[in-house]
Amino acid sequence: MREFHLTTPIKDKDIKNIRIGDIVYLSGTMVTARDEAHRRVVEEKLELPVDIKNKAILHAGPIVKTLDNGEHQMIAVGPTTSIRMEMFEEEFVHKTGVKLIIGKGSMGIKTARACKEYGALQLVYPAGNAVYAAKHVEKITDEKWPDLGMPEALWVCKVKDFGPLVVTIDTTGANFFDAKKREFNKRKEVIIKRINEQVRFIK
Amino acid sequence: MEKFKYVEPQFSEQATELRDLMVKYIQMVSRRLPDDVAGKLQELSKFEVDPLQHLVYETMMENQQLAADLNRPSCQDTGTMQFFIKVGTKFPLLDELSDVLVSATYRATKTIPLRHNAVQTFDEYNTNQNVGTGIPAIFTELVPHSDKLQVYVYLAGGGCTLPGAAKVLMPGEGYEGVVRFVMDRMTTYGVNACPPLLVGIGIATSVETAAIQSKYALLRRIDSYNKNPRAAKMEHLLEDGINDLGLGPQGFGGKKSVLGVNIINTARHPSTIGVAISTGCWSHRRGLIKFDNQLKYELPLNKGVEL
Repeated sequence: MREFHLTTPIKDKDIKNIRIGDIVYLSGTMVTARDEAHRRVVEEKLELPVDIKNKAILHAGPIVKTLDNGEHQMIAVGPTTSIRMEMFEEEFVHKTGVKLIIGKGSMGIKTARACKEYGALQLVYPAGNAVYAAKHVEKITDEKWPDLGMPEALWVCKVKDFGPLVVTIDTTGANFFDAKKREFNKRKEVIIKRINEQVRFIK
Repeated sequence: MEKFKYVEPQFSEQATELRDLMVKYIQMVSRRLPDDVAGKLQELSKFEVDPLQHLVYETMMENQQLAADLNRPSCQDTGTMQFFIKVGTKFPLLDELSDVLVSATYRATKTIPLRHNAVQTFDEYNTNQNVGTGIPAIFTELVPHSDKLQVYVYLAGGGCTLPGAAKVLMPGEGYEGVVRFVMDRMTTYGVNACPPLLVGIGIATSVETAAIQSKYALLRRIDSYNKNPRAAKMEHLLEDGINDLGLGPQGFGGKKSVLGVNIINTARHPSTIGVAISTGCWSHRRGLIKFDNQLKYELPLNKGVEL
């Protein structure tokens, strides 16, 4: 379990030796972008109103409090299920030049292809730990596409040592969860056989 | 398009008191895991041997402490609010009860704050109030000859809701078909639903009867068992079986995959076996509050807590 500390802007050389299973902590700019932001960029062909080239996105819908002075405070933030973005991610990475795709759980073959082709990483933050994550957001510097509502809007965050982030797709296109899922499925057939011998309740 | 707008009704004095207590309770549920869940996570963390799994559990424990210290929701997905209530037909606030729970959701969202999780379907916009058509969802059971109220509060997040599924099997597929259905769901959607999971299984006749039982199964304590010996046996078999898949925390792999497996069953039509699965994530934020007719309350899942 190797540990890396990355700071945006991220260069190709910063991440080319990072491999699946490594741990990353991120400092710099990270923007929340989930279902609707991806759909707008890929299907509606809109330009993302924030430059995320060589930066990071987080698949997340945070809880944000608007203070009396108009500033936004990050109350709780954490990743949502990333596989929902799989259908958009390859083109999204191509169009935006984003380097780190942070989320929750597995992504698929298209994202892996994008990571290899354009030199990017998919990483997983242990979900449900939203206050811990919010403590590593120093400031919300901007909000874009507020019409999408709190969970779907783009929240531009300045983060410090945001993590732990587990690398789940690296720049070679290797996918941490693919190997895991093969193991799970192999074990499953044996387990089902074992259980089914004991649940023949209908005679 | 006419936008959804929530207008708070006028409540009686006692209903206002109930509403304010519910706001406080929702706040507590959003930041502190119930005793049975917190205890089980501690227990499961001790089985893991690899540094990655330790790192995940350490982050979880630290997060829960921070949520308590800073009085914030522990997970950003505070869910669509769901209430499962059992109310006596002689409970004095029966008429106002549903309105009270909607108002409590609305106010809790503003004060805690909770995330805005109500998107109006077809019109596809967020109401930005966390209430909308049919949200919060309220499931009511009437109890005759009683003047009491009990409310299960469940903050149903999107990630752990996603694996939910129901299917009607032919009797020839038997309980073996149930096992296959559950296990397949675990290795596909379960991996991404924030394991270790609480797995709720409903066995009944049709999709909706099985589905509601699977949800009630998530409300049952983790350390409880089905009263039917065969159903209890199946709970154990599935618990061991899903653990042996080795999903581990966050699906990263590991020794344990589940907090528990709870089955609730009803009788079935002779031609069908309805089966449904609902899952709760490791951050299983469900609460139970019991009131008497004077609104004196008990919190059986949160020892030592006062609102």
